[in-house]
Amino acid sequence: MERQIHIEPVTRIEGHAKITVFLDDAGDVKDTQFHVTELRGFEKFCEGRTLWEMPGLTARICGICPVSHILASAKATDAILSVRIPKTGEMLRRMMNLGQYIQSHALSFFYLSAPDFLLGWDSDPALRNVVGLVQANPELSRKGIRMRAFGQEVISRLGGKRVHPAWAVPGGVNAPLSKEDHQWLTENLPEVKDTIRETIDLFKSAFDCEARGVLGEFTSMYMGLVAPGGKWEHYEGLIRIVDQDGSIVVDGYDPARYFDIIQEASEPWTYLKFPHYVPRGYPDGMYRVGPLGRVNVCESFGTPEADAALEEFRATASRCSGKVFDYHYTRLLEILASVEQMELLLADDRILDTRIRAEAGINQLEGVGIHEAPRGTLIHHYKVDKNGVIEKANFIVSTGHNNLAMNMAVKQIAQKYIAKGNVTEGILNRIEGGIRAYDPCLSCSVHAIGQMPIQVSIVDADGTLQQTLTQE
Amino acid sequence: METIRLKIDGREITAQAGQTILEVAKENGINIPTLCHLDGVEDVGACRLCIVDVHGQLVTSCTTKVGADMDVQTQTAPVKEYRRMILELLFAEGSHVCSFCVSNGGCELQDLACDLEMHSVRVPYSFPRNRIDATHPQFLIDRDRCVLCGRCVRVCAQVEGAHTWGFAERGSTARVITDLAVDWGQAESCTSCGKCVESCPTGAIVRKGASNAEMRKKADLVGRLTERREHE
Repeated sequence: MERQIHIEPVTRIEGHAKITVFLDDAGDVKDTQFHVTELRGFEKFCEGRTLWEMPGLTARICGICPVSHILASAKATDAILSVRIPKTGEMLRRMMNLGQYIQSHALSFFYLSAPDFLLGWDSDPALRNVVGLVQANPELSRKGIRMRAFGQEVISRLGGKRVHPAWAVPGGVNAPLSKEDHQWLTENLPEVKDTIRETIDLFKSAFDCEARGVLGEFTSMYMGLVAPGGKWEHYEGLIRIVDQDGSIVVDGYDPARYFDIIQEASEPWTYLKFPHYVPRGYPDGMYRVGPLGRVNVCESFGTPEADAALEEFRATASRCSGKVFDYHYTRLLEILASVEQMELLLADDRILDTRIRAEAGINQLEGVGIHEAPRGTLIHHYKVDKNGVIEKANFIVSTGHNNLAMNMAVKQIAQKYIAKGNVTEGILNRIEGGIRAYDPCLSCSVHAIGQMPIQVSIVDADGTLQQTLTQE
Repeated sequence: METIRLKIDGREITAQAGQTILEVAKENGINIPTLCHLDGVEDVGACRLCIVDVHGQLVTSCTTKVGADMDVQTQTAPVKEYRRMILELLFAEGSHVCSFCVSNGGCELQDLACDLEMHSVRVPYSFPRNRIDATHPQFLIDRDRCVLCGRCVRVCAQVEGAHTWGFAERGSTARVITDLAVDWGQAESCTSCGKCVESCPTGAIVRKGASNAEMRKKADLVGRLTERREHE
């Protein structure tokens, strides 16, 4: 008899989701679906608001990634003002994004995912969380928590508060970096560098190439922005898409024309849409973004230690790793790269300049803002009337790009571990782990509200719900 | 000028005939919340937030003149409760979402909500959906954030003398308009002086280009202007 397994809610992710596993008569996995279950409709209620409100308004999409939305929004509004923002304004925006990378990646790694692979996929679910991690490895946990706190402090010192700092504005930013804050950042950055070095060493020694196959491996394209020379980029750059073997599919593509190569498909069973690469159609046009996507598309990080670590990573993987678990590895590499990028910014005297904002009126009626949020490429696209009132807004968020891939990961893990209807909590946790590796932010992805967790359901061939497993 | 003796909150106070209760309270350091009151223009008692108890009657202190042997209570439980309810109705009538408002942190309505300890709104929100008028080159008006205090209307007429702002319609569809309800950018009488912007207590009439929490107004501008004129 065919069955369905529901994992509901999925835990330790940002947002609300559930997974359905469809079993065939033999109890093997026939299909899976990763459902994002809530909708907010931000794009709709931005209509009629003014351009100048958009960074602060869209920041409210999410309490985890407000910085990402503020920056993408500010860039879209810059495009409408047709301004080139002052160099210091750009440097400060970059600095905040790097702070966001450090805090977001540290949160994903230490708080949400490390409990699985440092405590064990089958360990007691009651302790398989950050509290259990603190008990098992207090020193590492403390450092991880301090690393995240540093990232939050960067955001707070630049933007005035940790969550929803309405600091990036059309034309630049609205407050410069003070000498005192510059000094604090300079003094505290080395500790973060030490922690990330140590964490990368630990990760490398704990997981060899084979162990990193735990969450499956599949081929896809990868997308990200790259700087000139194919260097890793998080704020500006042009779109590059590479194939599974690293060969270039698209390069040097103007982000403002994203809609010619990326479109979204909808399915009736989830609110999260399915962006795909248009020339290959849906669903074949699957690509991945985020840490693994950015690392796979770039030639190098452009900073010495991160490049050395990248070389080591590539020595254990193909040019483009397809392993889901390597999201964690590349996330750590990006923290190291962010620290080095931040060192460069802090060493540049221009960072303290007070010319940080360009003023202009409405010069274009349409603007696209794209940058690399920690979770992947984030797109804000606005159309305004001649007075600056929003007529249409479109957001394609990082988690959305990975929707096809997350569905693929769930299916592959379920097929690997579920056989003859045998489903244990540990197996369900691996399925969730496949989702967690992408560090999805579902609140952003559907611009949705709700609590965090997911649920897994098992459903029969005749559609009867057999089993539901929920983790609080 | 005739001197009057009255009591405010039990304090014996001396005032001049013709003064309002609000003026006398202010002179004596007694705080009464206000919203539609603006130094430099006439009071009209539009918002009702300055209500006080005078011998058991609720009156607006900005428009009620002091009288001999008046016993004014500014902080009784019913007075505070009525003020809070008025404030809740103002919030429910508009769309006052502080989080992304340009006047966040510099808004008299927001300050009142804190001062009057308004923790929630007990009536359903009406979620109005007025079109933002951003047709003026320098300023814009978001009528969803307008509390109909009429400060813009009075300052435009009484201080600038332009009479650009006025009221249209009544009840729940009442709104402030420019000229004969044309877009502000087409209002020929407007001198673009900006006094309405500085006088507006909320994020309704603001400077274009101000982003979130960036709008800070000079609410005392009109009072200072008129005071200087009187001294000339």
